[in-house]
Amino acid sequence: MSSISFIALKTIWIKECTRFLRIWVQTLVPPAITMTLYFVIFGSIVGERIGDMGGRPYMEFIVPGLIMMSIITNSYSNVASSFFSAKFQRNIEEMLVAPVSPAVIIGGYVGGGLARALIVAVIVTCVSFLFVENVSIHHAGILVLTVILTSTLFSLGGLINAIHAKTFDDISIVPTFVLTPLTYLGGVFFSIQLLPGIWEQVAQANPVLYMVNAFRYGFLGVSDVNVGVALAVIIGFNLVLFTLAYTLLKRGAGIRS
Amino acid sequence: MKALSIRGLKKTYKGGHEALKGIDLDVEEGDFFALLGPNGAGKSTTIGIISSLVNKSSGTVNVFGYDLDTQLVDLKRQIGLVPQEFNFNQFETVQQIVVNQAGYYGVPRELAKQRAEKYLKQLSLWDKRDSPARMLSGGMKRRLMIARALLHEPKLLILDEPTAGVDIELRRSMWDYLETINKQGITIILTTHYLEEAETLCRNIAIIDQGTIIENTSIKRLLATLNMETFVFDLAVNEGQSSTAGLTLEGFKWRALDDHTIEVDVEKSQGLNRVFEQLSAQHLTVLSMRNKANRLEELFVNLVEKGRKPTAAEA
Repeated sequence: MSSISFIALKTIWIKECTRFLRIWVQTLVPPAITMTLYFVIFGSIVGERIGDMGGRPYMEFIVPGLIMMSIITNSYSNVASSFFSAKFQRNIEEMLVAPVSPAVIIGGYVGGGLARALIVAVIVTCVSFLFVENVSIHHAGILVLTVILTSTLFSLGGLINAIHAKTFDDISIVPTFVLTPLTYLGGVFFSIQLLPGIWEQVAQANPVLYMVNAFRYGFLGVSDVNVGVALAVIIGFNLVLFTLAYTLLKRGAGIRS
Repeated sequence: MKALSIRGLKKTYKGGHEALKGIDLDVEEGDFFALLGPNGAGKSTTIGIISSLVNKSSGTVNVFGYDLDTQLVDLKRQIGLVPQEFNFNQFETVQQIVVNQAGYYGVPRELAKQRAEKYLKQLSLWDKRDSPARMLSGGMKRRLMIARALLHEPKLLILDEPTAGVDIELRRSMWDYLETINKQGITIILTTHYLEEAETLCRNIAIIDQGTIIENTSIKRLLATLNMETFVFDLAVNEGQSSTAGLTLEGFKWRALDDHTIEVDVEKSQGLNRVFEQLSAQHLTVLSMRNKANRLEELFVNLVEKGRKPTAAEA
């Protein structure tokens, strides 16, 4: 990467981080509150009646899933809303008139999504300390790798959504009708081994399942799927979405007439 | 060297609207060039293509020798764009907007901050550097867009109606600033609806209408083609009597606007002296006189109307 592209990349990244830090009440506080409620309701109140899941107390079992859920929703919504706002206010033109390549634009926005997801992950992890006594890390490398790959993947997803979106409604459709069901059915709250017969196999078509389980393996050392396969699936989706986002930006879809 | 060279540029939008029908245009380095045309003529499309905001259908664009298709990165570095509409993030501060823009061009942050101070001071925005852009007045926002376009120190500055909605005092100070940077070597292309602005600032002009260049020459040469001007005379009222009643002006077409104001069409060959002579002979005092319209405006209207006259076949 040339030094000029690196400066442009750094500029977009700083701009993105400044944006979500400026509105921290809207970006960093809500995940802390939502996850606290999840921990209280599903972990403490309901969880005590459920008992163990995957060989661990229910509260411990859902911690990695809830952190991953925060990472997914925050990385997605950060890039989707920021890029669409830039389109809506037309300040995306600041980048389009400059010698900024599509890869640099993708890198800057994804970097912003990644930064917010990491900060939120740290906040939610700290919240989980209030409810779980022994938080241990089984494999830090897989933990970090899964966080980075997953937030990159959903940042790319948010970017593609924003490129296609024509109204603010368009950037809320995917989170509502696609992300939320996939996340809830992706093994955040339960082990897919509990699913009857064919449904266990159907659940394996859900990409979120691989992210939650790879992350859970990094935390607890337990997973419903093979961790190597899980990481390969996440990397594969990343490559597909990066290629798609790059092609769309290169063509100027939704941003050039 | 040519700052801009366009050949056979065409643009057809989705839906079939043909915004540009194959235009050729040259702008010399150091020029102050006006691109005029009525609304929807193709000015903004042309500017959009040059600055990579609009994809062309066909044709070539060169900026300081760099080709739009094959040397896009180098071409973009030569251009600073001041668009027609405010297109910055309203929540960012003035300094963030200009420093970020420099960053997109690869200007290191420290250097960008130094340049931001220089240009924001020149455009009287330094005191507002920490204000969010949404808090600025309309005139300040216009100046902010000029500062933003200059931060990477382009050789060609393109301004799309930069003084729209700006009061007269501020407009004149912006003219002074643009003249200063043009003298320092920046080539300027300007689109404007204020034809006085084009006449005051620009040396060369192209008039575009319905996607075609209908005139491309120097302002001086264009004004020299103006054969007839219309003047408005305010006459003194004589003892409560109408000054225009019974008035004759031999050899001139004229109209009374009220009982002491007349409008006279004067051909270049006739001169104004004959009008004054005849008014004096009829004991009428001229209190004041002015052009009915800006000279360039008359030419502009004539050219556009001429270009739109239906052909015999269409009629």
